[in-house]
Amino acid sequence: MSKQIIVPFGPQHPVLPEPIHLDLVLEDEKVVDVIPSIGYIHRGFEKLVEKREFTEYVYVAERTCGICSFIHGATYCQGIEQIMKIEVPERAQYLRVIWSEFSRLHSHLLWLGLFADSFGFENLFMGAWKTRERVLDFMEETTGGRVIQGTSKIGGVRRDISSERLDRMVKDLDVLDREMKELTTIFLHDDSIRHRLRNVGTISREDAYHLGAVGPTARGSGVAVDLRKTGYGAYDRLNVPVVTDSCGDCLSRCTVRAKELFTSTDLIRQAARKIPDGPVDVKVTGAPDGEYFMRAEQPRGELVHYLKGNGTKFLVRSRIRTPTLTNIPPLIKMLAGCDLADVPVIVLSIDPCISCTER
Amino acid sequence: MTMQPQVTTNIEVGQLIGSVERFRNEGYRLVQIGCTKVGDLYEINYSFDKDYHFENIRITIGGSTEVPSISGMYWNSFIYENEMHDLFGIQVRGMNIDFKGTLFRTAVKYPFSQPPVTVTKGDKP
Repeated sequence: MSKQIIVPFGPQHPVLPEPIHLDLVLEDEKVVDVIPSIGYIHRGFEKLVEKREFTEYVYVAERTCGICSFIHGATYCQGIEQIMKIEVPERAQYLRVIWSEFSRLHSHLLWLGLFADSFGFENLFMGAWKTRERVLDFMEETTGGRVIQGTSKIGGVRRDISSERLDRMVKDLDVLDREMKELTTIFLHDDSIRHRLRNVGTISREDAYHLGAVGPTARGSGVAVDLRKTGYGAYDRLNVPVVTDSCGDCLSRCTVRAKELFTSTDLIRQAARKIPDGPVDVKVTGAPDGEYFMRAEQPRGELVHYLKGNGTKFLVRSRIRTPTLTNIPPLIKMLAGCDLADVPVIVLSIDPCISCTER
Repeated sequence: MTMQPQVTTNIEVGQLIGSVERFRNEGYRLVQIGCTKVGDLYEINYSFDKDYHFENIRITIGGSTEVPSISGMYWNSFIYENEMHDLFGIQVRGMNIDFKGTLFRTAVKYPFSQPPVTVTKGDKP
């Protein structure tokens, strides 16, 4: 047996926008074990429920993540609405779907850029982020915010989108689709990229399932789990295909995200076609008394907001289980046996969001 | 909006391993383990899912009660078990990876086991 050495990876590393630390146990160039450490930037803001009224906490929930902030806010609101048995107007449910899917587009395009950067394809990185700007422009135009939207509220949403703007948005989606098609063709068919990603960081379907993988990390191994299929919001009235791939390697996870871009634009089109007229919110009275595990599909996978109220304006508990937290054990499995040079690409392939994890 | 059916079953600490084993044998995946402080007690929820069927088991314990680890059945549980140790001070016996209190580096030890914050009028922003 070769001599084992430990190489620290992170918390600061060029592929990591946020801090996570991995102790890589190496034999020559092979990784034989990995010990993860998180907690460098733990914010503890779940504790804030004790001093922010449940209506104000929406703003805190949104700030769990700087990428999928809208989905965090909407998931929190839907959890409270379930406890309080609030019937949200249909139009608001469709608007939540539209903004959620734009968040997914934003997140996946951001990730594709970062992923290209991780294997040294700078031009592709810039191309992905250029396309992402179209999505951010839409978010800004309809909500006023590029990253934090602030449109979720308990009982509905704060803003409406006019039918003229929705029509224009659907036309703009054709341009977006065209740009994304060019972009994803390179990601999925370029020889050098395929060579770099194929059979790297492989995890089997069984391991992905039993180790708790979620989102594209699970679907890239053939586990067809997508919480949108549970039908929360307006998803029960839309056709939501679950994108999977079977190889379980970095290319498979990239393939799933690339294909999901088009699923998202399709869902936005479906929602724009079916959205009814009507109010976008209802008046909320009283305070939540009860508990609920609200689950939703974030760009990185299954998100859980556990909420418990006692009939006062302050919740007893908000517990946020983010997809990155649950994707860490599968990441350890993927890294065991890989080459040291593949570690940055494999780590990025789960789309780690440490800010979510360190809520 | 479609309601997701949710079942929560209260069990004793001694029944935990047997109950988790049943979920494992039936092919459920572990969704999360979460802890909530209720008065002087702690509620620990173990959540499982299979084909979008979501189910919870719950134990309620005092702060000094030791909880057995389920990492023998669900290897990934170490991430949640270390979390509830570091944030709530829950003692977990037999974890496959024990960070011994260093997974979350918090300024206050066991921050979520501290008494709830009392809001007075002057605290409002």
